[in-house]
Amino acid sequence: MHRGSRLRVKRRFTQVACALVANGYLPGFVGAAIYQGPVKYACVPFLNCHSCPGALAACPVGAFQAILAAPAHGVSLYITGLVSTAGAAVGRAICGWLCPFGLLQELLARPQAHLVRFPRALLALKYVMLALTVTLPGIWVGAGGVGAPYFCKYLCPAGTLEAGILLGLRDPALRPLMGTLFAWKVTLLFVFLALMVFTYRPFCRTLCPLGAFYSLFNRVSLWRLNLDEARCNRCGACRRVCPVHIPVEENPNHPECIRCLECTRVCPADALRFGRASAEG
Amino acid sequence: MRWERVRSLGLILAGLVLLGTGLVRGEARAVLAKAVRICLECIGIG
Repeated sequence: MHRGSRLRVKRRFTQVACALVANGYLPGFVGAAIYQGPVKYACVPFLNCHSCPGALAACPVGAFQAILAAPAHGVSLYITGLVSTAGAAVGRAICGWLCPFGLLQELLARPQAHLVRFPRALLALKYVMLALTVTLPGIWVGAGGVGAPYFCKYLCPAGTLEAGILLGLRDPALRPLMGTLFAWKVTLLFVFLALMVFTYRPFCRTLCPLGAFYSLFNRVSLWRLNLDEARCNRCGACRRVCPVHIPVEENPNHPECIRCLECTRVCPADALRFGRASAEG
Repeated sequence: MRWERVRSLGLILAGLVLLGTGLVRGEARAVLAKAVRICLECIGIG
């Protein structure tokens, strides 16, 4: 098999395996309960709602906010350390290789979806989301000084898809409780599902606070894209194939890069490599 | 090259220190306590 094809297969296999392992609690899909065992001491480094019937571990975004929203308003060093370590190691490769919601977006996208460009303001919105996600649950508090995981509550379509709809279908006791908020979240989910068909990874690139966090590490992560300037002939093949439209030959570790490594696949001069930071990178 | 790697390794180390401190403070229990309950907000009820 060609090296480029192998890379694509390897990435897809990793994404699917990760989605299956992270949501591998099969009894949850049969009944209406969620997994309550000791694996949930652990967090996954990507977005994966822990209220999904199949989820085996905690979602870092949900758990971080839930802890911040509690009366003590503590910042979880455990979760901050976990995602910082992952980011410092591989940056947004977490988004491109592990995130199940990222996989869903790629599976739904039409072949031409990557041709649609997002305005810079939309791309910057995820940083606003990150700032709000890590502050709001601790400062916008109600009775008893308790906040809420506002990102999960009002925006996260992953929770609606993986948990809300699945649990709502299975648990008759939950159905009467599903009102305006649920309708809003389902509407938002379907808006995003439609966008996923016509654009490439719209949620990751515009709203995901975890994607925003990992993007801060792309330039400084240990494993990154290294461009061999001496080999690069500026043909632009990497730029043309990039699904998130980054100027690869100018800034291979751009914050928007999800490290799908398509650029390394098409480079005729073999000037791009993903590996440990090198002098050229 | 050496500086870039040292910086990256320093960041990984800092992350691990945070993670370890969190574990020592018993934060994994707090994560478990949140994650084993259905998050009503997450599913659009709360």
